[in-house]
Amino acid sequence: MYDRKKLAGIATRRKKWQDEELATSLRKSPPRLERFSTVSDEEIDILYTPDPLSNFDWEEDLGYPGQYPYTRGVQPTMYRGRLWTMRQFAGFGSAEDTNARFKFLFSQGQTGLSTAFHFPTLMGYDSDSPRARGEVGMCGVAVDSLKDMEILFDGIPLDKVTTSMTINGPAAMIFAMYLAVAEKQGVPFHKVGGTIQNDILKEYIAQHSWIFPPEPSMRIITDILAYCADNVPRWNTISISGYHIREAGSTAVQELAFTIADGIAYVQAGIDAGIPVDKFAPRLSYFFNAHMDFFEEIAKYRAARRMWARIMRERFHAKDENSWKLRFHTQTAGCALTAQQPMNNVVRVALQALSGVLGGTQSLHTNSMDETMALPTEQAVTVALRTQQIIAEESGVANTIDPLGGSFFVEQLTNGMEEKAMEYIRKIDEMGGMVAAIKQGYPQREVADAAFHFQRLVDAGKKRIVGLNAYRSQEDTLIPLLKIDDRVEKRQVTRTKEVRRGRDAKKARACLTALKEGSLTPNVNLMPLLVDAARGYVTLGEMCDTLRETMGVYTDPAMF
Amino acid sequence: MATAKGKGEAAATPKKAARKVRILVGKPGLDGHDRGAKIIARALRDAGVEVIYTGLHQTPEMIVSAAAQEDVDGIGLSILSGAHNYLFPRILQLLREKKMGDVVLFGGGIIPDDDIPKLVRKGVDRVFTPGTPIQEIVDYVNERIQPRK
Repeated sequence: MYDRKKLAGIATRRKKWQDEELATSLRKSPPRLERFSTVSDEEIDILYTPDPLSNFDWEEDLGYPGQYPYTRGVQPTMYRGRLWTMRQFAGFGSAEDTNARFKFLFSQGQTGLSTAFHFPTLMGYDSDSPRARGEVGMCGVAVDSLKDMEILFDGIPLDKVTTSMTINGPAAMIFAMYLAVAEKQGVPFHKVGGTIQNDILKEYIAQHSWIFPPEPSMRIITDILAYCADNVPRWNTISISGYHIREAGSTAVQELAFTIADGIAYVQAGIDAGIPVDKFAPRLSYFFNAHMDFFEEIAKYRAARRMWARIMRERFHAKDENSWKLRFHTQTAGCALTAQQPMNNVVRVALQALSGVLGGTQSLHTNSMDETMALPTEQAVTVALRTQQIIAEESGVANTIDPLGGSFFVEQLTNGMEEKAMEYIRKIDEMGGMVAAIKQGYPQREVADAAFHFQRLVDAGKKRIVGLNAYRSQEDTLIPLLKIDDRVEKRQVTRTKEVRRGRDAKKARACLTALKEGSLTPNVNLMPLLVDAARGYVTLGEMCDTLRETMGVYTDPAMF
Repeated sequence: MATAKGKGEAAATPKKAARKVRILVGKPGLDGHDRGAKIIARALRDAGVEVIYTGLHQTPEMIVSAAAQEDVDGIGLSILSGAHNYLFPRILQLLREKKMGDVVLFGGGIIPDDDIPKLVRKGVDRVFTPGTPIQEIVDYVNERIQPRK
């Protein structure tokens, strides 16, 4: 793209500028910091010039939006056609509480749903399990059976709204319940659209809401891939997630590398299960974090698209262009917010969200200012949603595609991000793939080391965080917090016991027996059995307990 | 469960020369956020404390039984699930039942300011809030917790 002779001249003159003008200036006024680095502690140069981009090929490395390798975006029109989906992750208390919050968010201009389940649901326990004590409805909505799902989506037409559900260990069971609700609403499965996170590998690495060991978990995932390809073609089967890896303390490169490596493992598992790659790959999507370092994040999203396109085409020989496209959801970084001076979080979220939009995200969740302390209040979540709407409607950034494309800085960051992430991926390939790497504790250790390193930098004042280790106030502004009603647990326990009493007991037993037998037979797809169980009001805990017996459980290796 | 002996022998103060302080870092409940717990475990180990880390998803019974088995002097709990108002008091109750009321219980996580005095009244020695420098927690352990007799 560039004239090499001219680039050589630029390199010479840049060196001259550096040695003379810059050096003189630095002698007079030394730099503020010893070392300038990103939030991931990657060193940043004082100036970026075109000379290192001598091998850069505009058409091959960037191309046009909607065309391979999609560096600039996956759609030809991007936000001119349709804005990103504004999708606030919501869930607390009972299904009634969360249904009301969903409707409130729609009334404020939200365009998609995203469901947060409470911890017992995430871990596959019913609310009346002793393991659920004190946790019911606290960190998300309590869902034990189809009954709760019916209430959760009451008055929400599942053929018109797409729903994202953050559920992993018991993804198949919750998805089965969702399909059963759609059926009750009269919506055929082929019209149902949405996403289940269903990314178990990053659970072992970072989020830790697992149930079964890796191998049986991968079998459930390939069952979902096959089932959806035939029955629920609009469903996004896995939301391959870097978000939690980053929240656990990884760097941007690690987030990118481990997430794409997880994606590689799923594609390989699907192929190994005998599903043609182009039958399931178009329905894989991604989920990334939007952390504080503005340009590093934008480079990460751009690099992710290019890497995935190349991997899908060159490594897995996918032929369908839709298999090459990395579509992704973004959530702003919860771990970057501070409990001190919480209103400052609004500004942090705006910057993070802007990087997601400039990076070409397909959907976005903006965190609320109160999230270091509790689940968001209605007021706080409204400000968070308005932040997206201001970016969309007022800032002008949605007028053109990939506005930072061609920036010497952003292109070099993008290239560097891809190179470093590919190094990690090669290393994981050498270990035998991501499942093997996880068993060796490799990504877990890398993330824990990065988290510890960052904490040390903050404690030493080498990374400054406003309100925390810089610009502290005597007193922090108090903001109102959401309180979860203590009575939710009791009411939920009563409801689940009633569901068990009220259902056809014989049918429920038969469903569980079929599930157990199915799980012991390798070529049986578990999804239809789970959908049947959901229809029969078999509870989540019952389904998971049955499979715990045959598949075993995973426990934390407790490394630190 | 993972045990790690402190590397920094020299870091231990002379008054504790008889035996090193033993701390159980625990993750009760179902939440999977272990970034903080692991950082604390590592920092305490580096400061010469003997650290036992329970790993995730522990019931109060599992935590107290591990504390008894490992004969610890203090327990640090990390809770980010909102279940702190149940888990802290339940663990205190189990400790008393096992005649381990002198084990110092402290913790941190996502715990609203309003809940802290209530937890302290019930017997939690100290609750650390988000943004606390690690050194502050290490200093607290060094100053507050002695080997039990």
